[in-house]
Amino acid sequence: MLRGRSVLILTRDQLTAALALIQIDGVARRLILCPPDLAIEHLPLVMATAQVDAVVSDYARADIGAMDGTHFITCSARITPTAAVRDERAASEWILFTSGTSGPPKMVLHTLGSLAGAIHTGGRLAGANIWSTFYDIRRYGGLQIFLRALMGGGSLALSSAAESTADFLIRAGSHAVTHMTGTPSHWRRALMSGAAPRILPQYVRLSGEIADQAILDSLRAEYPLATIAHAFASTEAGVGFEVEDGLAGIPANYLGHSNHGVELKVEDGSLRIRSPRTARRYLGNESAPLLDAEGFVDTGDILELHDGRYHFSGRRGGIINVGGLKVHPEEVEAVINRHPRVQMSLVRSRKNPVTGAIVVAEIVLKPELAAAEPAGENAALKTEILENCHRALAAHKVPAAIRIVPSLEVTPSGKVARPNA
Amino acid sequence: MSVSVRSTILSQFEQVAREQNRKLAPLSDDLVLMDSGLDSLCFAIVVARLEDALGFDPFGATEDARFPVTLGDFIAFYEDAAK
Repeated sequence: MLRGRSVLILTRDQLTAALALIQIDGVARRLILCPPDLAIEHLPLVMATAQVDAVVSDYARADIGAMDGTHFITCSARITPTAAVRDERAASEWILFTSGTSGPPKMVLHTLGSLAGAIHTGGRLAGANIWSTFYDIRRYGGLQIFLRALMGGGSLALSSAAESTADFLIRAGSHAVTHMTGTPSHWRRALMSGAAPRILPQYVRLSGEIADQAILDSLRAEYPLATIAHAFASTEAGVGFEVEDGLAGIPANYLGHSNHGVELKVEDGSLRIRSPRTARRYLGNESAPLLDAEGFVDTGDILELHDGRYHFSGRRGGIINVGGLKVHPEEVEAVINRHPRVQMSLVRSRKNPVTGAIVVAEIVLKPELAAAEPAGENAALKTEILENCHRALAAHKVPAAIRIVPSLEVTPSGKVARPNA
Repeated sequence: MSVSVRSTILSQFEQVAREQNRKLAPLSDDLVLMDSGLDSLCFAIVVARLEDALGFDPFGATEDARFPVTLGDFIAFYEDAAK
């Protein structure tokens, strides 16, 4: 029934999505894996862009709106596999959502080959390990672990959004998890949960955010027998590389040559990756090309070289990563600037030991009003601005601190000067 | 010094819980931070505000690579750094 179709997999439950993927790969022409936080209002756009003509879901059809002319198949975690006839020559396209910021979701085209490209490298990660991940398997980072467990003949303990970090770690420990992955923020939360000693991993991996020396050292202290690795991977660029020497940053000799078919270089300050693991293209006509003329993906992550290692210093355009959630400074500045007494503002990232980074703002007040202002009333003004932000923005986008400054540097082109921009 | 560090920390917990509409558990030294009612973002804000209020960030400075688990650990972490 799904043969040759473009199938949207939209599930409440991770396990249901996992079973649907196993069942549909190699049968459907294309499968579109919806992340857990996909807003229902974006569904019509997603379905049009990906030319969806079938939906596999554990939602009721009515819950996700009318879809005329689309096959709707109800699915649950209790489905049993059937011996579907797979056409090995016709690999399904796997459509994943990028870990977006705001606005309409962006989709990229992978194949099982590009997604599994990092998996057949042998070594410690091959074999029947007991995997677990803080990530949801409907996103790139989690899907990697799902495929590793599946292809390596291992098993996988899924996380659950409904479960506390401590309960998840206790459960993972009861399954004797050997290999576990998450972002630095996930791991910081694990270390603060009190339940970190409940797992005894051989292998701990961090990705998705900058792994600083403090989190690497903390994990080394907590799990002295484990390999502590940090990796670069993104939905667009695939798995780039992994660093296992326990130090933050990337050894400079990782760049400039091919390693397992992956080439890294720095151009205009940002990391570029060319490999068989990158996505092929963005879905939708109006998107910019994903690959440049030479086949490199620009990750947008800015690298700086010091002491023989490259270190991530932020995102091009100043995008701030708060515990894995991205923030465009301009979006926050627009809200701050609506206050009648604000002349201009600069929203920037401040390093944070809990979420990696946090949003802070500097504001310049309108001169005629600033002059007449008794200093003590600034607290009330900051409160008003924060209240505006809380009303208009998601919690992670609201500045943790606001500082009133006399002026902000402006570039010759008339824009507020941004670090790393 | 230690009294003011403690009270600064406790008032930040209360203020951030208020701002983020979180129900704060009764604060005691053996309260596990993750059970306090605050999430990671709240802790991130508390740490950022404390850096502004106290003028230092013990997470950035410490050699001891252990994360505080209880509120008592958290306060001791700041008090030690203030010495």
